[in-house]
Amino acid sequence: MIESNLPALQVVLPLVAAPLCVLLRRGSLAWLVTWSATWATAAISIAILLRVLDAGTISYTFGGWEPPWGIEYRVDIVNAFVLVLVSVIGAIIVPYARRSVGAEIRSEQHYLFWAAYLLCLTGLLGVAITGDAFNVFVFLEISSLATYILIACGQDRRALVASYQYLIMGTIGATFIVIGIGLLYLMTGTLNLADMAQRLSTMPLHRPQLAALAFLTVGISLKLALFPLHLWLPNAYAYAPSVSTAFLSATATKVAVYLLLRFSYSVFGQSHVIENISVEAVILALSVAAIFTASLVAIFQDDVKRMFAYSSVAQIGYITLGISLANQNGLTGGIVHMFNHAVAKGAIFMLLGCVALQIGQPLMAQMAGLAKRMPMTAAGLVVGGLSLIGVPGTVGFISKWYLVVAAIEKGWWWLAALVLISSMLAAIYVWRLIEVCYFREPSPELEAAGEAPLSMLIPAWVLVIGCIYFGLDATMTAGTAASAAQSLLEATR
Amino acid sequence: MTEWTSPALILLAAAILIGLTRGHLRSAVILVAPLLTLWAIWQVPDGVVGTVRFLDYAIEPVEGSPLRRLFATIFSIMAFTGGLFAFRHARWYELSAAFAYASGAVGVCFAGDLITLFLFWELMALFSTVIVWCGGTPAARKAGIRYAMMHLLGGVILKVGIEGVVVHTGSIDIQPLLATNFDTWMILVGILINAAAPPVSAWLADAYPESSPTGSVFLSAFTTKTAVLALILLFPGEPVLIGVGLYMVMYGIIYALLENDARRILAYSIVNQVGFMVCAVGIGTQMALNGAAAHAFAHIIYKALLFMSAGVVVYRTGKNKCSDLGGLFRTMPLTTICGIVGALSISSFPLTSGFVTKTLISQAAIDQGLVVVYFLLAAASAGVFLHAGIKFPWFVFFQKDSGLRPKDAPWNMAAAMVLFSALCILMGAFPEAFYRLLPYPVDYHAYSPGKVLFYLQLLLFSGLAFFVMLPWLKRTPTISLDTDWLYRVALKKAFSVLADLLGSAQERAQRSVQKLLQTALARIQRHHGPEGVLARTWPTGSMVLWVAIMLASYLILYYLL
Repeated sequence: MIESNLPALQVVLPLVAAPLCVLLRRGSLAWLVTWSATWATAAISIAILLRVLDAGTISYTFGGWEPPWGIEYRVDIVNAFVLVLVSVIGAIIVPYARRSVGAEIRSEQHYLFWAAYLLCLTGLLGVAITGDAFNVFVFLEISSLATYILIACGQDRRALVASYQYLIMGTIGATFIVIGIGLLYLMTGTLNLADMAQRLSTMPLHRPQLAALAFLTVGISLKLALFPLHLWLPNAYAYAPSVSTAFLSATATKVAVYLLLRFSYSVFGQSHVIENISVEAVILALSVAAIFTASLVAIFQDDVKRMFAYSSVAQIGYITLGISLANQNGLTGGIVHMFNHAVAKGAIFMLLGCVALQIGQPLMAQMAGLAKRMPMTAAGLVVGGLSLIGVPGTVGFISKWYLVVAAIEKGWWWLAALVLISSMLAAIYVWRLIEVCYFREPSPELEAAGEAPLSMLIPAWVLVIGCIYFGLDATMTAGTAASAAQSLLEATR
Repeated sequence: MTEWTSPALILLAAAILIGLTRGHLRSAVILVAPLLTLWAIWQVPDGVVGTVRFLDYAIEPVEGSPLRRLFATIFSIMAFTGGLFAFRHARWYELSAAFAYASGAVGVCFAGDLITLFLFWELMALFSTVIVWCGGTPAARKAGIRYAMMHLLGGVILKVGIEGVVVHTGSIDIQPLLATNFDTWMILVGILINAAAPPVSAWLADAYPESSPTGSVFLSAFTTKTAVLALILLFPGEPVLIGVGLYMVMYGIIYALLENDARRILAYSIVNQVGFMVCAVGIGTQMALNGAAAHAFAHIIYKALLFMSAGVVVYRTGKNKCSDLGGLFRTMPLTTICGIVGALSISSFPLTSGFVTKTLISQAAIDQGLVVVYFLLAAASAGVFLHAGIKFPWFVFFQKDSGLRPKDAPWNMAAAMVLFSALCILMGAFPEAFYRLLPYPVDYHAYSPGKVLFYLQLLLFSGLAFFVMLPWLKRTPTISLDTDWLYRVALKKAFSVLADLLGSAQERAQRSVQKLLQTALARIQRHHGPEGVLARTWPTGSMVLWVAIMLASYLILYYLL
């Protein structure tokens, strides 16, 4: 009974837990509910992934309505991978968050924060699991609305502006997506993604299809913060509470990337639209621009959270770069980098949360001498930073390996060189941080500070160790990503 | 599970344990782990031991062969002796980094494929940088950054080459290559950067002397010699290497003669000695490869010995410069004797290890009919005696009396030096036993009367030359310019120098070029800096404008196509 309903439980569990948090009205009880709901969700997602690996695509129908009429949850290896990523990170953050949320958010708002957290998780999982286009939009809005709350909770008053700007941009993005979906519905008469793909493949080329693709691409690019539509991201990440930043940076953009994959490969993969135009060239150019511009900006930042936020824009560039290469290795690199970046950036932002707990907003000058006062935090930041550079033995190396191989396979030496040169830019901004943390005398703020509590360090270090473990043993991550890439490429003509 | 466990992992585990333990337990880890590694190295059978899937490739983390074992053996002996030398004086993170660095070197020795090689290669780069930083001075930190940048660049070049080879041949095996296309050239260049080949030889003499007295002992051993091993495995008989090697030999001698810093003299002499090995790999016959491997083995021992004696001097006196030192033999007899044994070995004096290994290379050159190479190497041997054999001990331990009366080496440093001195002499006295370890069968006798006489004459005459020319060789506190000056100072100064030379017409050009550079930098600052257009917070309206622009361009693009 439970086993056959896993796909529904995946979304329903956090969805039901959210109002429960509101009803309980006690921060610690709400935290307990969140804790149990997220860990159960993570377990479910792993069970689903194992089943997909074992038995292939799962199709789950609601209320006995067969697809394409009813709403279908459809899990193949691509979204099973995303589900695991989102729910596992979501679960690891919760035990960490108790202290951090306690310090950064007013106590009477705690239960609301946890409700928003669960709703955001629900939305992200829903987008990833559903096989229905309109459902995608609904869940996207659920997650976005919750995200605005998560960001606005920040202590810094600039968080409100950041949240407001993201609200405007996110709403425009969602509108574009719904316009795109609407156009597709007009053309095909169906909302089921698989059905839609099949109908598009037999239809002649009409202009509304092109318009739909344009609206979807721009809307999704906004959500995933592809250059130059990334402008909402740096402030949102910098001024949000540490927990929100860690969670959003690791998951929200990745789900948007999944949508891009789903629409450009699965839905439009066999249509005549893709045959006639090259979406790839545009995204490729934007990705390279993102990598270089955002890395350069990151070098000059003094707010460490903002620096890593720009670094996120650059890293998302690597993901979309892999997608735009559109061959087996490139796509594998892009997909595996979703995971790798989530682990590395999640770890970094969690550790910055540890710093924030002790000294407030982490600025470069105030983090001077961090290694002397908070050695574990500083060491974790170094490992995370090395992953961003792509040093062998860390996760970043795996992703860049695939990307460079893919570029060489295409004969694009310049691109391989650009990817590797961009690692040097990452080396510069990571180096700035290492220099400040290790070679300066402790700042006055840090003078009295000690190491962060274990309840925060342990979850953060789980991800730090993940950075190294998955850099050495990539069979699980890269293997799953490779079969996901294969299944996506098979769906195209 | 265990069959593919590289012996390198023992040292890596030890590196972590050093961080976790304290006191006697830590000392025990430092001394026992290298010996355990040595034991594990001799358990590795010939051939590929096992494969692991990594990405889509069959990785061979452990592949044994006599050559690989030879290098791994000396690396683990080095880790032991270095640990013995350092464990009471170095800070724990320097020791931990040194062991991780050694683990990288041992890992490269057994790497059966290019990917494993690259993994351990970068491990070495990472932790050797940490060791340079452990020098603790502002100069060490800056040298560390230059060192890191150079090795990052080398790593990137090597990675491009490896990935190119993987994509184009489909094979990740380590097998002899020739530099014929872009991929293989990139690999060769990447390795040569680590071997301190021209034009970037300067990184070595720039960074090593800035490290701590204990750190430089570790640094002297691993990076360049793993590069030699990689060259033997990947590019035996690559003709380019003969020229590269000869250049390095000459470069090392000239700069070492001009140098005043005791440890920098030794650092330049590493380049010189690695030049001999690179040249031998270029010759590429079995005898030459034997010579390269044997010389690397002997070189690690005597160069570490020299760095140890210099390290003891720096540790006891706090002075680096030859012009500040002198007359130390009175109170540091043991350090003096060990330094002299090392100096004689590097000059390949008969009955020392250098003699039985370097002559292998010379013989290989003669056998191949490379007469010019032979005579250049012979001349270089005389030069080595000048700069390292006499100059180093003479200026540091004898010469004038500097008035310094430091104590002799602490017991553990003394033990490490005595151990390596004994090895130098044992290898020199009983070469046959050592030759049996070499990768190819050796049919060569080091001690033929003619050869011994030839080398004695060579050494005695260059020794004579040294004392005749002593007034010119007296070191003053000068700085020798090197190619690193090009990227350290010249970029800044080139324009002003030009202007001085060529007058006011150039001055204007210089100003405009400087202005151009400044504007370029300022432009990057302006666009990317904290208040730059790309970094500042945008009004919401402008963000939305961008969305509209993107949508419009997508639509137009799609409609056009």
